Amino acid sequence: MTRSLPGERSVFGPRAARLGLYAFLFASAAFFLLPLLLVISNSLKPMEEIRQGNLLALPVKPTFDAWLTAWKSACTGLECGGVRPGLWNSIKITVPAVVISTLAGALNGYALAQWKSRHANLIMLLVMVGLFIPYQAMLYPTVKILSSLSLFRTYSGIILVHVVYGLPYTTLLFRNFYVGVPEEISRAARMEGASFLRTFRSVILPLSTNILVVVAILQFTGIWNDYLLGLIFAGNDNLPMTVQLTNIVNNARGSASPNVNMAAAVITAIPTLIVYFLSGRYFVRGIAAGAVKG
Amino acid sequence: MSSVSIRKIRKSFAGLTVLDSVDMEIAPGEFIVILGPSGCGKSTLLNVIAGLDDCESGQIVIDAVDVSGLEPSQRGLAMVFQSYALFPAMTVRRNLSFGMEVAGTPKPTIVQKVDWVAKLLQIEALLDRKPGQLSGGQRQRVAIGRALVRSSSICLFDEPLSNLDAKLRAETRVELKQLHETLKSTMIYVTHDQIEAMTMADRVAVMHKGRVEQFAPPQSIYEKPASLFVAGFVGSPAMNLLEGSLDGAGRFLVGQRSIGSSAYPFEDPSTAGEAVLGIRCEDIDVVEPGSPDSIPAKLAFTELLGADALGWFDCLGKRMSVRLGVDAARSMRKEVGLRFDMAKASFFSASTERRL
Repeated sequence: MTRSLPGERSVFGPRAARLGLYAFLFASAAFFLLPLLLVISNSLKPMEEIRQGNLLALPVKPTFDAWLTAWKSACTGLECGGVRPGLWNSIKITVPAVVISTLAGALNGYALAQWKSRHANLIMLLVMVGLFIPYQAMLYPTVKILSSLSLFRTYSGIILVHVVYGLPYTTLLFRNFYVGVPEEISRAARMEGASFLRTFRSVILPLSTNILVVVAILQFTGIWNDYLLGLIFAGNDNLPMTVQLTNIVNNARGSASPNVNMAAAVITAIPTLIVYFLSGRYFVRGIAAGAVKG
Repeated sequence: MSSVSIRKIRKSFAGLTVLDSVDMEIAPGEFIVILGPSGCGKSTLLNVIAGLDDCESGQIVIDAVDVSGLEPSQRGLAMVFQSYALFPAMTVRRNLSFGMEVAGTPKPTIVQKVDWVAKLLQIEALLDRKPGQLSGGQRQRVAIGRALVRSSSICLFDEPLSNLDAKLRAETRVELKQLHETLKSTMIYVTHDQIEAMTMADRVAVMHKGRVEQFAPPQSIYEKPASLFVAGFVGSPAMNLLEGSLDGAGRFLVGQRSIGSSAYPFEDPSTAGEAVLGIRCEDIDVVEPGSPDSIPAKLAFTELLGADALGWFDCLGKRMSVRLGVDAARSMRKEVGLRFDMAKASFFSASTERRL
């Protein structure tokens, strides 16, 4: 990894190249962090400071009042309980949906990559089609199917929808990973008498840690941040945080309070941030393993 | 110890015949090497025997039981793969015990077996490491250990030494041969390396284009190749081949010259027609030019190989190799005569390419 690019030394020298690299990285970081800083700084302002209309100013008297309001007393439609109830809803939707879609994707991907059936490639192609069709186009049929199964606007319904919509993506990622795992390993397990599922569980899953983490994170972010599916399929008792956040922001009753809105937005985003921070190491490793398309 | 009988195995892949009616009878405890160039179907044959690949027709019979429809694990055999195929996330110990765990073998037996095989292959110190922490040679030992640990009566090897360096390969070859003497299990070993075939096998099956060209002890494969392909493939340097014709009266005609062929043990001495004479480099004598029954030749160059040397001569329009002593090679003159030992030569029909 210490190999330098051919032009690097001759034109700039390694030191200048390093400096340029860091300058670019800092600029990119600032570009992405600025909106977040604005949101956080404004969420810490009391309403008087907000009314002065100076968005870029730092809070003079920082206060967590807006955060408290957003957390437990902001009005989401008729109820005024903040985003707090949504947090639990989001967790109970996201966790099982992530676990199921990731493991099922791993199983699918493994089967498609290593147990060559005659139509494996055709099946993979069909799965890929699922990636290209936008959710919006599938909403109506999905609603019809779920209502005929009496799952529309139920807890199991929303999890099923997330799992099904996530499967093409997770299957693709795992398939691409498992294509790179030598087929002889599966064959060796078969020689040892292990069944398909036993091989998957004892031999294949333990060597998939990196890709499992990557896929789980991608699924976690996707499902946690989902709004559309939650709004339509979750039902009133299970509305996720994102839906409640929108309701707070769009609440027509009472005066607008941007500081509360921003605080609610940050609270909603915190879990994904935590997940990224905790697993960043694996995530980068997984990407480096050539597992992620983008 | 088990016998294996391979009967009329046929397999094709996308219109290409990979195995063309392969027959082989393997006696209990034999060490069989399947030898051939890449793409000849030898690995496919091994996978069919193992049950990892299906075949279109034919039977695999182990100890008089037709196992053609059975899963690999039900056939009672073990296999060593070319890439070792160790389970990367498991320690060496678990790699060895996994098959027995799957089979539900009692714990004490597993421990005992693992200890036995670890001792046999001297890998006791490695038991708690992961495959990623082992060198190529150590991985190889573990892979062999995994195949041996269940004491299967048949062991299959798919080019197990091809990823090792030359020195380690030579050592492991000897060890494998010794293991076979100790364990006495039936071993079927696929390789493209003729030295492995010559040194280890009780019998060698030379394969070419999905067919078994010859199935015989290594020495007779070397001395009496059954076909032109075997003659050219086995032996280093390759057998010298001369195209010509037999006159049916004890002479082999090459261009203007002729060689007496009456010393050759023909099945039918009156055979005549287009033929190919094959002669090993050590079955040619260098003599004074013009000696009786010799053919004039011109020295092109010599190669000193340490223990002996090879002389390359231009003779009858061909470049021919002759094994020489080192001193003889150093003082070799340009113009010489070559005399072939026809009793040890091989004649092949030019049309069928089979031995005459």
